[in-house]
Amino acid sequence: MPSGDNPFYTALTLILGMDQGLFSVVLLSLKVSLFAVIIASLLALPLGAALALWRFPGRNALIVLLNALMGLPPVVAGLCVYLLLSRAGPLGQFGLLFTPTAMVIAQVILVFPIIAALTRQQVEALHGEYAEQLSSLGLSQLRMMPTLLWDARFGLLTVILAGFGRASAEVGAVMIVGGNIDGVTRVMTTSIVLETNKGNLALALGLGIVLLTLVTLINALAHWVSETAKRRLG
Amino acid sequence: MQTTTTVIASLLGLSWSASLLAADDFITLASTTSTENSGLFSAIIPVFTEQTGIEVRVVAVGTGQAFEIARRGDADTLLVHDTAGEEQFIAAGYASERLDVMYNDFVIVGPNDDPAGITASERVADALARIAENTSPFASRGDDSGTNRTEQRLWEDAGVAPQGKWYRELGSGMGPTLNTAAGMNAYTFTDRATWVAFQNPQDLALLFEGDDALFNQYGSLLLSEEHYPHLKHDLAAQWHQWLVSEAGQQAIADFTVNDQQLFFPNAE
Repeated sequence: MPSGDNPFYTALTLILGMDQGLFSVVLLSLKVSLFAVIIASLLALPLGAALALWRFPGRNALIVLLNALMGLPPVVAGLCVYLLLSRAGPLGQFGLLFTPTAMVIAQVILVFPIIAALTRQQVEALHGEYAEQLSSLGLSQLRMMPTLLWDARFGLLTVILAGFGRASAEVGAVMIVGGNIDGVTRVMTTSIVLETNKGNLALALGLGIVLLTLVTLINALAHWVSETAKRRLG
Repeated sequence: MQTTTTVIASLLGLSWSASLLAADDFITLASTTSTENSGLFSAIIPVFTEQTGIEVRVVAVGTGQAFEIARRGDADTLLVHDTAGEEQFIAAGYASERLDVMYNDFVIVGPNDDPAGITASERVADALARIAENTSPFASRGDDSGTNRTEQRLWEDAGVAPQGKWYRELGSGMGPTLNTAAGMNAYTFTDRATWVAFQNPQDLALLFEGDDALFNQYGSLLLSEEHYPHLKHDLAAQWHQWLVSEAGQQAIADFTVNDQQLFFPNAE
């Protein structure tokens, strides 16, 4: 990896001269965070919608809890997953600690509350708008759920992107459960910490610029997809 | 929506399994940040892997945390630098064998103009006493690492209880502590390897070295088969033996940064 004094120049040489090592680090970052966001979305979108539509005892407490967990410190999530997956922990026999799978699990825990809480809020707002129409059609809450989720899809895309941002930006959790092992669990954020620790600040910042560029590209892609879809719908 | 799905699917399709399908011939080594950050492992592990086909996955943390990872059965072997702690670890039954592998030394770095005048000191105890007397800012790891434990012992030997605004416990690894010391222009206690490989010294300079009390021994530990039946003891033993073999000792001696040898093999 190059080391100069100018982080922008460093970032440029990193991108242009993308070597095998950096490529696999970038790819692992993407894979871990995308997997985490997909799994978290599959679980959190239905839960968020259900929270918006059903009334049951403890609902408000659950909403407050989800909102609070949006602020869960990554290092705490990492520590919990570490204790679960450690050989001495309840899931120790699977040998998952210090693997990418452990990193996905930790990030799911971080992303899930964000997607669930924001989905709840979006679907509830939409439901408020259409409540009369929907109930005049005699739809049950269960039938409303997919309709409202589909109707809210453009807003929910932003929600999912917020979750992706959380996952790709955090370092506290993946550092603990992944161990920052070279070639196995080293991702962009843990590389940045490592280079900072070595006093290689330009390279650290250069890697940061590469990560930011990547996240921007993904957001641009998502934006383009959603704009195209909107236009087709007229 | 379909486009998105296709894009995501193809991204994920890019060999997610590659990392999971990697050779089963690997061990997890819990070690210290000084060995990893200086680049030692990137220099010697490929030599070992080529000779044996065994991959070594390094989790580099403070010595205190390395012991904890091993105690919970999450590493196959340990390479750390706290001989007293290592012997306790064996006495407690977690590890079965310890071997001396290599040594280097600790040094004191600080502001180039040396306000406490420690360059004039002959003994480390005197150097520390001068820093305390002058209440010059001192950045301590404060993280129960091997380096931090040694630093605490040396303050005791100097007969100084370091406290006050000048003594700052950071609770960080060696690299972050050097970054902070550089930022506040403070003295700090570091292992030589991390210092030599460190690239952000700003106004810091090496001010004190050479006292026997600054000796820094690294040891390799094999974990107890009885305690941890699930670990890869055979592979770990190959690594452990290789470190003290002629080939391993030579690989350690061959590792240099800026033409400077950072670790000195001393296996018996």
